[in-house]
Amino acid sequence: MAVVFKKTSMLTDVPFHYCPGCGHGIAHRLVAECLEELNLQGKVVGIAPVGCAVFAYNYFNCDVQEAAHGRAPAVATGVKRCNPDKVVFAYQGDGDLASIGTAEIIHAAARGENITVIFINNAIYGMTGGQMAPTTLLGQKATTCQLGRNVALNGNPIRVSEMLATLDGPSYIARVALTDPANVTKAKRAIKKAFENQVAGKGFSMVEVLSPCPTNWGVSPIDAVKYVKEEMTKQFPLGVYKDC
Amino acid sequence: MKKLMKGNEAIAEAAVRGGCRAFFGYPITPQNEIPEYLSKRLPEVGGCFIQAESEVSAINMVYGAAGSGARAMTSSSSPGISLKQEGISYICGAELPCVIVNMVRGGPGLGGIQPAQSDYFQTVKGGGHGDYHMLVYGPGSVQEALDIMYDAFDKADEYRMPVMILGDGMIGQIMEAVELPEMKDPATFPKKEWATDGTGIGANRRIVNSLYIEPDVLEAVNHRLFDRYATLAEKETRYEAYKVEDAEIVIVAYGTVARICKSAINMLREKGYKVGMIRPITLFPFPTKAIEAVASQECVKEFISVELSMGQMIEDVKLAVNGKKTVSFYGRTGGNVMSPEDVAEFIIAKENK
Ligand SMILES: Cc1ncc(C[n+]2csc(CCOP(=O)(O)OP(=O)(O)O)c2C)c(N)n1
Ligand code: SF4
Repeated sequence: MAVVFKKTSMLTDVPFHYCPGCGHGIAHRLVAECLEELNLQGKVVGIAPVGCAVFAYNYFNCDVQEAAHGRAPAVATGVKRCNPDKVVFAYQGDGDLASIGTAEIIHAAARGENITVIFINNAIYGMTGGQMAPTTLLGQKATTCQLGRNVALNGNPIRVSEMLATLDGPSYIARVALTDPANVTKAKRAIKKAFENQVAGKGFSMVEVLSPCPTNWGVSPIDAVKYVKEEMTKQFPLGVYKDC
Repeated sequence: MKKLMKGNEAIAEAAVRGGCRAFFGYPITPQNEIPEYLSKRLPEVGGCFIQAESEVSAINMVYGAAGSGARAMTSSSSPGISLKQEGISYICGAELPCVIVNMVRGGPGLGGIQPAQSDYFQTVKGGGHGDYHMLVYGPGSVQEALDIMYDAFDKADEYRMPVMILGDGMIGQIMEAVELPEMKDPATFPKKEWATDGTGIGANRRIVNSLYIEPDVLEAVNHRLFDRYATLAEKETRYEAYKVEDAEIVIVAYGTVARICKSAINMLREKGYKVGMIRPITLFPFPTKAIEAVASQECVKEFISVELSMGQMIEDVKLAVNGKKTVSFYGRTGGNVMSPEDVAEFIIAKENK
């Protein structure tokens, strides 16, 4: 019988712990499929974050280091510099990357570290139960801004892709969204390019993935996807911010 | 042939000869000669040097490099070591071998840039969160610092834990004639099957991690670490005993302070005071048994812990003496260093009270 679909070999058989409708599972699969399609089996070190994806080391079928909260780009730097022939990627949430780990991501990008960063922007702190993230939208409710994010009280959300694109170090920066098959396909293309760049030695690549968190947004998976498409993309426009 | 070298540079060269191929650090006085030297030296041997954006990043780069199998190190001074504590805790939790040098300066806060030993608590009692220790050395001369650094990666690899070299600022800055050892051959280093070098897939995937969500599993990890510390105490405890056989007064001092005390002891002996010294070379494991044994000598009347702090190591001295004899303290802080005469005068005044 012809095989028309099979699970990528770069994921283990451990079932994901993610909530129904969560974007993390899709993002994991896209990353794993890209690694497989680029024939990188046995040549990869992943860096897992602190956040809902903390157990990513159970899922990716490669060597993995679990980093302290926000430090994945520094850990990835250490791994890559000592193993330049291996492909090294950091997988991070928005609290991890855009709040506690801002110094690490900016300087890894500025150095042009030859690593790939997958940045899951779900506009909330998932793992700790729905607190405000640096990417929480104005007006969006979170457990630490229960009336909705307010500029005077909470400041403005951060656009990481735009910010990093001002640096000379990065070779590729794109923002994608896990909203529908067309956008998921685009997301995969961006992730693949981010890995191809690393293989080609082009330096730092990051793909920001707008991703639903129905659980902590307090909406259904369908409404969560709608929120990504209709609200998040206004604050965080999709597109390629750097490609050289 | 002996070579005149500054402490920090001797340590840096010994690191390279001991197999170090990756350094990550952030500038801070009084240890800058270590990164400056290695920024030039490591590329010569195919190693990697990065001036990180902060000590937080530096220690996490060490985590990544050490976790993927490299002999990696960092160095800093007190405020920078404070920033590294989270990373050190993770490194201990993930059981990664690496070397950390702390050229201690006075504190708290920004403190000063002069020598101190006020990071003793931070270093031997934890510093970061959780139940852990490091193998800690307090070298007393540039040659001893160099020799300890030369073998530090072997110890770190053997026990899968960080080795910290606690210098008291002076060790980094003084120049002494030293004998440099041969370059170790990386091909002779033990293979690290656990390291995430990227070749893992399927059943032989390697995970570097300090997260143990199941209480029983984490408790077992805690016990495994502490069993290792017990082995350390048995096999790696090092100290020097100086004129303790007939001593009535026993000084306990480490690092360059111990050298000052040695001069003081010689002065005091000439005046008829029977003074000796225990100089811990490892601060963790602490030479508890050696001090206990000396405390049991009938001739010994009292102990004096001499430190460049307000009195930190004295707590371990007291635990070792365990009430058998009195333990008192003499120290200077703020970057002030006692002279041998200061120590001698303190003891003479005490004896004639
Ligand atoms: C130093 C430190 N501070 C705080 C935490 C608690 N913490 C765990 S996950 C997390 C936020 C994660 O949010 P995000 O990065 O957005 O990932 P998500 O869970 O949404 O995928 C926080 C604050 C921690 N583990 N370590
Ligand atoms: S809390 Fe949100 S981010 Fe975390 S697994 Fe659930 S849906 Fe995903």
